Amino acid sequence: MLGMAILLLLALLLGIPTGRYLYLVFFAPKAPGDGWLRPVETFLLRLIGVREPYDMDWKVYSAALLGANGFMALLGYVLLRQQGNLPWNPLGAPGMSWHLAFNTAASFITNTNLQHYAGETQISPLSQMAVITFLMHASAATGLAAGITFIRGVTGRPLGNFWSDFIKASLRVLWPASLLVSLLLVSQGVPQTFTALREAHTLEGTLQTLLTGPIASFESIKHLGTNGGGYFSANAAHPFENPTPFTNLLHMLSMLWIPISLLFTFGDAARNRRLPWVFFSAAAVIFVGLYGILLHAEDAGDPLLHRLGIPGPNWEGKEVRFGMEGTSLFVSVTTGATTGSVDSAHGSLMPWGQTVPLLQMMLNSIFGGIGVGTMNLLTMALLTVFLIGLMVGRTPEFLGRKVEPREMTLLAAVILIHPLLILIPTAVALSLPQGIEGLTAPTFQGLTQALYEFASSAANNGSGMGIDGDQAFWNVSTGLVMLLGRYPSIVLLLALADSLRKKRAAPLGPGSLRLDTPLFTGILAFMTLLLGALNFFPALAMGPLAQALMLP
Amino acid sequence: MPYLGALKVAIVKLNPLYLWRNPVLLTVEGGALWATYEALFTSAGGSFPLLVAALLWITVLLGTWAESLAEAQGKARAESLRRTRQETTAKKLVGDHRDYETVPASSLRKGDRVLVEAGDIIPADGTVLEGIATVDESAITGESAPVLKEPGTDVASSVTAGTQVVSDWLILQVDVNPGDSYLDKMIRLVEGATRKPTPNEQALQVLLLALTLIFAMVVLTLWPLARYLGAQLDPIYGIALYVCLIPTTIAALLSAVGIAGMNRVARYNVLALSGRAVEAAGDVDVLLLDKTGTITYGHRMAAQFIPVGNHGEMELIAAALRTSVPDETPEGRSIVALAREKGVLPGDEAPGTTFIPFAAETRMSGLDTPDGLRLRKGAADAVAAWVREQGGTIPPDLDAAVERVSRAGGTPLVVAQGEDILGVIYLKDTVKEGLKERFAELRKMGVKTVMCTGDNRLTAATIAKEVGVDEYLAEVTPEAKMDRIRQEQEAGHLVAMTGDGTNDAPALALADVGLAMQSGTQPAKEAANMVDLDSDPTKLLDVIAIGKQLLITRGALTTFSIANDVAKYFAILPALLVPAIPALEGLNIMHLHSPQSAILSAVLFNALIIPALIPMALRGVRYRPSSSQALLLRNIALYGGGGILLPFAGIKLLDILVAALGVAA
Repeated sequence: MLGMAILLLLALLLGIPTGRYLYLVFFAPKAPGDGWLRPVETFLLRLIGVREPYDMDWKVYSAALLGANGFMALLGYVLLRQQGNLPWNPLGAPGMSWHLAFNTAASFITNTNLQHYAGETQISPLSQMAVITFLMHASAATGLAAGITFIRGVTGRPLGNFWSDFIKASLRVLWPASLLVSLLLVSQGVPQTFTALREAHTLEGTLQTLLTGPIASFESIKHLGTNGGGYFSANAAHPFENPTPFTNLLHMLSMLWIPISLLFTFGDAARNRRLPWVFFSAAAVIFVGLYGILLHAEDAGDPLLHRLGIPGPNWEGKEVRFGMEGTSLFVSVTTGATTGSVDSAHGSLMPWGQTVPLLQMMLNSIFGGIGVGTMNLLTMALLTVFLIGLMVGRTPEFLGRKVEPREMTLLAAVILIHPLLILIPTAVALSLPQGIEGLTAPTFQGLTQALYEFASSAANNGSGMGIDGDQAFWNVSTGLVMLLGRYPSIVLLLALADSLRKKRAAPLGPGSLRLDTPLFTGILAFMTLLLGALNFFPALAMGPLAQALMLP
Repeated sequence: MPYLGALKVAIVKLNPLYLWRNPVLLTVEGGALWATYEALFTSAGGSFPLLVAALLWITVLLGTWAESLAEAQGKARAESLRRTRQETTAKKLVGDHRDYETVPASSLRKGDRVLVEAGDIIPADGTVLEGIATVDESAITGESAPVLKEPGTDVASSVTAGTQVVSDWLILQVDVNPGDSYLDKMIRLVEGATRKPTPNEQALQVLLLALTLIFAMVVLTLWPLARYLGAQLDPIYGIALYVCLIPTTIAALLSAVGIAGMNRVARYNVLALSGRAVEAAGDVDVLLLDKTGTITYGHRMAAQFIPVGNHGEMELIAAALRTSVPDETPEGRSIVALAREKGVLPGDEAPGTTFIPFAAETRMSGLDTPDGLRLRKGAADAVAAWVREQGGTIPPDLDAAVERVSRAGGTPLVVAQGEDILGVIYLKDTVKEGLKERFAELRKMGVKTVMCTGDNRLTAATIAKEVGVDEYLAEVTPEAKMDRIRQEQEAGHLVAMTGDGTNDAPALALADVGLAMQSGTQPAKEAANMVDLDSDPTKLLDVIAIGKQLLITRGALTTFSIANDVAKYFAILPALLVPAIPALEGLNIMHLHSPQSAILSAVLFNALIIPALIPMALRGVRYRPSSSQALLLRNIALYGGGGILLPFAGIKLLDILVAALGVAA
């Protein structure tokens, strides 16, 4: 638990000033670095034909976001299909099948990074850079832009310009941060080279060919952008991706950095410095509680093994270099921030341990992904305000703006999406032979695998529980779920932000529902958990809970 | 028996064509139908499936019954109103003379002129064109003293259908078409016939529908998941789980809460023109209150004559008396009475003397005699300006006298004769009792009170301080009121006000909640969204409390309904899954007797909670004005915490009962 406390403390220490910086960049007329970045931004905007970054309404903003993402995903799809005919392919990775290319393009443009391919054999270093790393940046910048715009709307500001936001997110946030993290990773021994293959003499005296490449730059954006895809199949358990306990901490910190910063950006935008702490505390309480369950389950170990005279915690699938806390905390952070990189095997978690990453992806807001996590937390707050706000004797308002039928309709659509995308596809997969074929475990564990795969796809997380996913059914179904988990809710929430922004804000008085109180913090955390539990309790009961209850 | 009558209506409402307006209940009906089918045709038999099906039907019926009961309450009141509106005949004038033909009142159209004489029932809402008469308005207002009606004056020229002329006669112009009168509107509203869901209700319905869809998804996906595990689930159990999870409680009570809120307003004799207005009252955070009539009784009584300059008291009294004799206002009469007390009796004026009535623009009244004597009394600055205009000077001790009266909270009336200022009449204003406490309550609720008065700043400040309003607007004009409303609204506030005059109409229309007085003019009533039939402006405070109580009731029931799901999951899910997946026995933390008894007790609880909460829905939850923090803490603990705990206890008790009765396996 000490490791977790240090991690959250460091994330706050980084997040508070970064939140302020993001506020200056996206909300204030002047920001540090304007002097030499403004001309670059103006140049880039002119290049794509934007003379003056005008304010878009939600439809135009959404169209620009969808158009840009669609274009980039298509580019990625074509490159992945054709990589066999393209240069810088020393191991001769063939072009991907249509469904694997679709899945991969969808996966990386949606910030999910679910990988149904093996990094070592099925993808060329060119694709790693031009498709994977490129889309990791693009999806992170898209997420950040969407989150910023949503904050603009709910705080009553014009929605801004997608192109300008996208460029600023890359130029002023993701690139400098990636550079910094890359250098730190290189200092720890993470390779950063254009040489794809290295010969190494092993202790036994044999010759081994090692795959390397631009891994540090890959890793930095993978975590900063809550992406999560691995350069290697072993992901962050691979020593080239994650060589030391320090890089392990750095990865976790990178995942939480921007999602937590955005809460403070929101506080600045809402002119209320107490609000970030409400959202931070509500999410942190859930995060800490679930991490406690996970750590306890793994620490206690498997009672069936204990019976056989093998005592001790559950070490199966753990990365011993990082120890029990290091790996368990990574499980919590990577599913909480919906990153999806792994430094241990989630399929080997104890049943109670499995419920934790599952539940975090189902809640999708325990800090959540870059930009969208903040949107999800604020959505939960809006819903909570609507449910309990009446009990102070006023029609519900969020930051002074009334939540009325139009807003509620949009909110209702948003809260329907997540359970829809998890429960229905899971039910379909478990009913079809094509679905069951991909599962690598029977009964409860098999059900959990399917549930996990779709929860991970819908939450745009990307981690898995070890299914054999490179099959048409799984590639197409998870590809669709990733797309539907990403874009409809962004568009609906932008519409919601636009609708709220046009309302007159009532000033805060003694009769208004205050959000910046411990009481509301508690209610928000409780409602978040309750709604998640009501949606997914039966499904969890038939998977991990049934397994947990079967243990002696 | 209203309960039985309501039950009949409730059965009629089971018709899906009606029930589609309440989609949550409609799906319960669908579930009941499906369960009935399962019980009759596919089930292995036994009484259990039939019992579940029956309970589901009872659940829907209790849901529609809740609404019918609220409507029945309204109907009872509508009936008593309708009795006052027997079919009357009207003397419709033809041509320019007093010739009339007798026609049914229902044939009158807007613009028609009718004659009413002593004993006649006024056939339609209208405006007095000619004549003077006393009218008994007790049928509408409950006020037994007849009211004087005459043309011209703002307030007294408006008459209401169903009231009765006691003496003399009037010629009226009909202002509304049949079916549009206030009585008609009120009857329709309390009957619930024209009730549209308010925006907040609509939003809540959307949320309830979304939750229903989510739970439908949750329950329907259980089958394929279970089938993958090699288990077969019983549809009856699934339907029961679904009905228990969806927010049936609030869906059943939602419209009853709204109708009951309107009824509560109606019981205060306030006619709200929409449910939206009542809700808006709950949201109001700025109140513009007229001092006169709302904060004070409005009968300012002359208490003292204060001569100024070198004039004597008698000189002042004589002039004051002469300007007051023709003045029929309570103030005027009180001056005459005080003069009489001082031994000065009114005399006759010479023929040709003209009385100048008080006007809001001049803020003076007075008297011009044929021999050129001009007397004025009125607001200090107005009279001073008038005197200066005549070339007179202001006595040095006038200011002190005016200030002394103002500071004491009184109204100074300055009396002038030509270019001479004679002195000041001290009018004392009586503040209504208990207002100070209510304003303090309002402040706690976050409602700011602004007192509007035509008095000068000093007087206004004194009274404001005495009664404890937050702010005041002195020397107010209708335009100033409008500006203030606009200002407050631009700052995001919701504003309520009361008014009765035609010049209040624009402000009443602009305000978020405008409460017009029944005694007020037709334009004022049309501009407002509520009309107080007792013409008591203080009722605005009650209306706000009712609005808040309505919203809290709705919120409390919603929270309660959703919180109930926790216990229901723990009751039903093991019952549904354990027979197929024995490992899940660990979820049965309530240790219910058997799967069948668990289902029966959960469904029974879900059904019984509806009638158990009907009284709360109709009466509204207890509401004591306090800060939002205190309200939230109390209500979340009571309805959120209670909503989680109560069903655990309730279902467990019912389970013991069901097991004891032996109806479940």
